[in-house]
Amino acid sequence: MSHCYATQGHDSLNQYILHLADNPLVLAQRLCELCTHGPILEEETALMNTSLDLFGQARNWLDYAVARNPQLGDCDALAMGRDERQFLNLLLCEQDNGNFANTMTRQYLFDVWHHLTLNALCLSQDSQIAAIAAKSIKEVDYHQQRSRNWVIRLGDGTQQSHDYMQSAINDLWSFTDELFVQGDEELQLVAQGIAANQADIEGQWRAIVSQTMAEATLTLPAECFQKFGGKQGEHSEPFGLMLAEMQSLYRAHPGAVW
Amino acid sequence: MVEVQPLISTDRGRQLDFHHTTPTESEVWQLLELVPDPELPMVSVVDLGIVRSAKLQQHEQHWLVQVTPTYSGCPATDFIASEVHHTLKRAGVPNRVETVLSPAWCSTWMTQKGRTALKQAGIAPPLDDITTLACPQCGSLHVALLNQFGSTACKALYRCNSCLEPFDYFKTI
Repeated sequence: MSHCYATQGHDSLNQYILHLADNPLVLAQRLCELCTHGPILEEETALMNTSLDLFGQARNWLDYAVARNPQLGDCDALAMGRDERQFLNLLLCEQDNGNFANTMTRQYLFDVWHHLTLNALCLSQDSQIAAIAAKSIKEVDYHQQRSRNWVIRLGDGTQQSHDYMQSAINDLWSFTDELFVQGDEELQLVAQGIAANQADIEGQWRAIVSQTMAEATLTLPAECFQKFGGKQGEHSEPFGLMLAEMQSLYRAHPGAVW
Repeated sequence: MVEVQPLISTDRGRQLDFHHTTPTESEVWQLLELVPDPELPMVSVVDLGIVRSAKLQQHEQHWLVQVTPTYSGCPATDFIASEVHHTLKRAGVPNRVETVLSPAWCSTWMTQKGRTALKQAGIAPPLDDITTLACPQCGSLHVALLNQFGSTACKALYRCNSCLEPFDYFKTI
């Protein structure tokens, strides 16, 4: 393969940019699976608009990774030509849509983290990272308002919607510690003022999420087994199936255009 | 009587031609105003604030036009860049179109002309204070949000509780 990603030289900044790209890319693909399956027409429009924003953001990050290293090919080659172990997204983003409570809980937990991370990246010493973050955060602001509203409406809704939401938060909480884990290379980028410092973000995230959950009459799990590995390319079982579907057309017809 | 322009820029004829002369910067902007937004054809890409600058590159003998997307995922972005390039090229203006992300597009960049055109087409233009949102059909302030996400990434869906018509609102970002 001409775009054999694994043979490229190691570049910790590009790895970080791919992590920033893969989160919105993978979540956007998950949301796409709900196209024609939304609970109501307006809600489906909102899900697809959110997905579209996230795909656009992923493209900006991937384009930047390619601009820094043209040997990577192009953004399609990165999105569609990499294998499972080469994706660096958070495990949270790849979880199944489940029911609507699962979808919106996953969205809210991610949106709060995404917003805080982009907010920090607006001040990045890398001007293109700051530019993409400043562009993205305006869109994520709307995503977060919407997912927060749903968490509160469903949590503090009927007994049934409350139970579904509590079950969703219990299931997804296992993927939340990973949001704040940073390896040595990423910490070096933090020290250089390029990457966001998750140690700062964690406290803010926990305060915001706790407040929303209290308003939604939901209880945060006290102790919960935590899963890690997405940022190192070790993904959960549903991810491979999602990727196979996402990449099938590109891999059947590499380089095809219309 | 309102003069209706053909929606496709190539159908509008060539009113400005620079195959044998060099245009001024304001003439280049006049050309750029001929390019409609593909999803909101009543508004030009200039009135939307998508075109950021047009500068003659002295040494390279071409114009550098900078455009910026409204939303990261806007599917019209590539098409707009291509329309801008070809509109200038057809009029004899050599050019290169560059997409820039910073500063990020802001709804306050929309011109008054663009806002008026949107309103006439039944789309409420962006506001600083959402409580002043009025129905573009009947002017009532008695409106309700149906969906923060509308028919395109840049719009939200509202309903007027007075005339009962739904309408799009161009979001403030």
